[in-house]
Amino acid sequence: MALKKVKGTLERVLDKNLQDLVRGIRNHKENEGKYIAECIDEIKQELRQENQAVKANAVNKLLYLQMLGYDISWAAFHIIEVMSSTKFTFKRIGYLAAAQSFHDSTDVLMLTTNMIRKDLSSQNMYDAGVALTGLACFVTADLARDLANDIMTLMTSTRPYLRKKAVLIMYKVFLQFPEALRPAFPRLKEKLEDPDTGVQSAAVNVICELARKNPQNYLSLAPLFFKLMTSSSNNWVLIKIIKLFSALTPLEPRLGKKLIEPLTNLIHSTSAMSLLYECINTVIAGIPNHTASIQLCVQKLRILIEDSDQNLKYLGLLAMSKILATHPKSVQSHKDLILQCLDDKDESIRLRALDLIYGMVSKKNLMEIAKKLMVHMDKAEGTHYRDELLAKIVEISSQSNYQYITNFEWYVSVLVELTRMEGTRHGRMIASQMLDVAIRVQAIRPFAVSQMALLLENSHILANNSQRNGICEVLYAAAWICGEFSQHLKNPREALEAMLKPKITTLPGHIQSVFVQNIMKLFGSILKSAEENEDQETMKELCQLLTNKLPIFIQSADLEVQERACCMLQLVKYVQKLIEKDAKVGDEVSSLFAGDLNPVAPKAQRKVPVPEGLDLDKWINEPLSESSSEDEPTTSIFAINHDDSKSFYKEEKKNVPELTEEELEKRREQRKMEQMHNPHYLRMENKPKKSAAVEEAEESPVMQIDLTVPLHVPGLASSDKYLKLASQDREKSRKKTKHGKTKKKKKGQPVVESDEDVPVQHTVSTLVDMPEGANTSDKEDDRKTSDPFKRLDMDLDKPLRDDEVLPVRTHRIVLESGDMVDVEGEEVKPKKKHKKVKDKEDKKKHRKDGKEKKSKKKQKSEEASGSASNLLMEDDGSPEHAPIANGLPQSPEQGKTEQEKDNDLDFWMNNDSTSAAKSTEVEIKTPEVNVEYANVSSEEDS
Amino acid sequence: MQFMLLFSRQGKLRLQKWYIAHPDKLKKKITRELVALVLSRKPKMCSFLEWKDLKVVYKRYASLYFCCAIEAEDNELLTLEVIHRYVELLDKYFGSVCELDIIFNFEKAYFMLDELLLGGEVQETSKKNVLKAIAAQDLLQEEETPQGFFEDHGLG
Repeated sequence: MALKKVKGTLERVLDKNLQDLVRGIRNHKENEGKYIAECIDEIKQELRQENQAVKANAVNKLLYLQMLGYDISWAAFHIIEVMSSTKFTFKRIGYLAAAQSFHDSTDVLMLTTNMIRKDLSSQNMYDAGVALTGLACFVTADLARDLANDIMTLMTSTRPYLRKKAVLIMYKVFLQFPEALRPAFPRLKEKLEDPDTGVQSAAVNVICELARKNPQNYLSLAPLFFKLMTSSSNNWVLIKIIKLFSALTPLEPRLGKKLIEPLTNLIHSTSAMSLLYECINTVIAGIPNHTASIQLCVQKLRILIEDSDQNLKYLGLLAMSKILATHPKSVQSHKDLILQCLDDKDESIRLRALDLIYGMVSKKNLMEIAKKLMVHMDKAEGTHYRDELLAKIVEISSQSNYQYITNFEWYVSVLVELTRMEGTRHGRMIASQMLDVAIRVQAIRPFAVSQMALLLENSHILANNSQRNGICEVLYAAAWICGEFSQHLKNPREALEAMLKPKITTLPGHIQSVFVQNIMKLFGSILKSAEENEDQETMKELCQLLTNKLPIFIQSADLEVQERACCMLQLVKYVQKLIEKDAKVGDEVSSLFAGDLNPVAPKAQRKVPVPEGLDLDKWINEPLSESSSEDEPTTSIFAINHDDSKSFYKEEKKNVPELTEEELEKRREQRKMEQMHNPHYLRMENKPKKSAAVEEAEESPVMQIDLTVPLHVPGLASSDKYLKLASQDREKSRKKTKHGKTKKKKKGQPVVESDEDVPVQHTVSTLVDMPEGANTSDKEDDRKTSDPFKRLDMDLDKPLRDDEVLPVRTHRIVLESGDMVDVEGEEVKPKKKHKKVKDKEDKKKHRKDGKEKKSKKKQKSEEASGSASNLLMEDDGSPEHAPIANGLPQSPEQGKTEQEKDNDLDFWMNNDSTSAAKSTEVEIKTPEVNVEYANVSSEEDS
Repeated sequence: MQFMLLFSRQGKLRLQKWYIAHPDKLKKKITRELVALVLSRKPKMCSFLEWKDLKVVYKRYASLYFCCAIEAEDNELLTLEVIHRYVELLDKYFGSVCELDIIFNFEKAYFMLDELLLGGEVQETSKKNVLKAIAAQDLLQEEETPQGFFEDHGLG
């Protein structure tokens, strides 16, 4: 009693413990910073003391402060001191602190190697346990190399607790020190059949993670995993194995065939949603050609999507979109459900449903779906979601070369309507669509031009409040279309005047330059027609108009606009003079812009064949001795002035130094960006989503302008008109077909909507400019080269070479306590030998415990697989190891077993009868589920 | 799993476990972003988010959010299962756990997590085994504490 009292008072005297600190911080809400600064001073005092308990307490408090965001890297050395304490209580705190605060660049980590090694071999398994746990968080390449062997030893520990941890941590070791993988793999494989389920599941975990990155090396394990899958009832393990198979099956179709039955059985029988979801994913990834299984998955997914649990709904849609890629038809039958999800309250779910939309589209329902999306756009509150919708409308309409559009007038009106959306970032996308349609669908040009002229007339609406959000980009398209196809303009003069409004000068430079250019085109065509009518008055007026108005562009700060405007002005003045002399000029001026412009294929530039005898890597001029940094400023001048529009000026550098791979990559990236932003490029696919999301994160909040009156421009066509028209048409045709098809309908068979009977009014030209001699294949060679898992890509079936051993410590370390059992195993002896000693001891222990049978079994299995023996066999020089190597297969034989294994794999893959037998087993065993996703939601408030 | 964060409704971090060693600065940045993101979600929304190239799985229990970041191919439902398992374990250990338990005994909460997960992978699927391991370690601590304490102070 007395002692306890003393202890109590002493503790008070000593210092605040963690609880006091937390309480203190909570009580000093107003001046938290000051209070904590005081505490840190105190802690620094405490750390200086000799007493372990005080130190540990101080570190514990630091750990709390670290979570609050305070830097504790200065205390790293003290943490190590606490880690090295002999008391478990302190060690535990020390390792926790290390796990929380150490990282690759913590330099004191080098000091820990021997200490950790000592802890790993400690007699107290919890000492080793905390060391492993800590190591899992802060293992570096050095630590991994130095400790790999010790961890290997722990993998054969008699305690499952340590085996389990050791196996798991090997994954981290492999990542840091890939050379450890081959020597350690046989033992890891052995652990797949460990008697302890925890160890087994750890091994499954590790191999699954490894195999996901480099599946080809793990194919030979398929039979083993198949066995595990059909015999395991632990859903945690099952999920991992099934995930592993999803990585393996794409490489080995026969494996997929074998999996069909057990997987479908699981899908039918399991009540655990997580397992069901994993099975479905594996079916999708592994056996996408087995229609029956896919059908089953789609059915199950429908149930998930219909579920009231938002999580299941989300995942259901996610998985559905994966199926869409391979089996669009199966997904299409659930169109109703997916469209319904568009109305969900949860934005994430709506976005997932949107992903599916493009597969739901047909010629018949495109207008309807687009209409629906547009209604959603009006309602949508977040700009992100609205942009997503806009992009989707464009994507579904333009997909596979406008395959589903039957009436391009409708599409142009949709695009025009989309320009009325407030605050969208997709102005460029709309613009490029307008250009694309107008160029490639010749029949639509008159209509498109009339619509664009209206846009130009109302350009003040677009230019006004959208300077920041980019909808003004459509004016770029409008101006170009009106200029290029001016022959279709009903009133070219009006269009020309619209383009000369002073408001235009508030537009971004690249748009203004297009305006200037197209003003000239219009000028040319009006001049020509006036000349034909011998209307001298108009011609003179026109010249006067331009000479008056063009100077507003000359004042532009944008270099490009200025230059073009100057040229144009001089040209107009020259023409004016000629007109006064009664010379014919119309033809000449309009011939400046004669000829059709075709779109350029996105990869055309890259595909220009290199002419014979031209060596692109050769210097044209010998490089100057100085660095070529002089180039930089000139390019940057252009870059600043033409920030986002015309950065291709940069490419005109003449003295191009040799490009490194990185630079090339950068350029390629840059070029892609340019192409994306340049509406003159025809894109193969629209994928602005990802970059858009990134931009969105950085975008500052834009003030919403609340417009109660919709911006309606009189005269613009409404897309609704076409929708009605189309539905009327369909009604008519349905009436026609009814006579013939009534019988079929009665039987309840779903009427297959065929797209063939939908009339297509316009054709899309697929003509694109390509360099001569270029091949049109669309092969992309963009592959990531910097994959950290690449280093782990190695053949695991090849027998080990002599030099492939884990590094072993070569100097002697004096241990503090000499009475440890494992000490002899931990000393200077070379690794192999020490393992033998260890094995021997293991066996001894087994015998003592009366587990003789088990150890024999283990030995047998080792012999049979020849895997565990790999490590033992290489070292044939040492005499100590003779007794243990007895009875183990010698190397030539081992090669044979390797071969047999391969044959086994073939045999196993081809053998169908066994799979049937095994799959019946599954049915019996799977009902014992112990993980249920349903649990999670029921016990919410604990 | 790349990391796990626990934070309160007010956005205060209560626990963080990183299975990928990042410098503190980056950790703080990620934490700040994720906390804001998760807190902005409405209660009826689903528990999954796509964030950079990771998937974020979160779940709210009373006043605490449990939030995990996993890789693209990982199973979201399984992650929810892990979170739930952790909550169950804490509940068993503290006896109807509340936020204060985790604040005042945060190292215990870490020890528990370390027995459940190792290096971001599920280490032990049996609740019983986890609790047994924790109990054994606590016992070890208790055994050595009084005695150790006096030894350290020269009173033993």
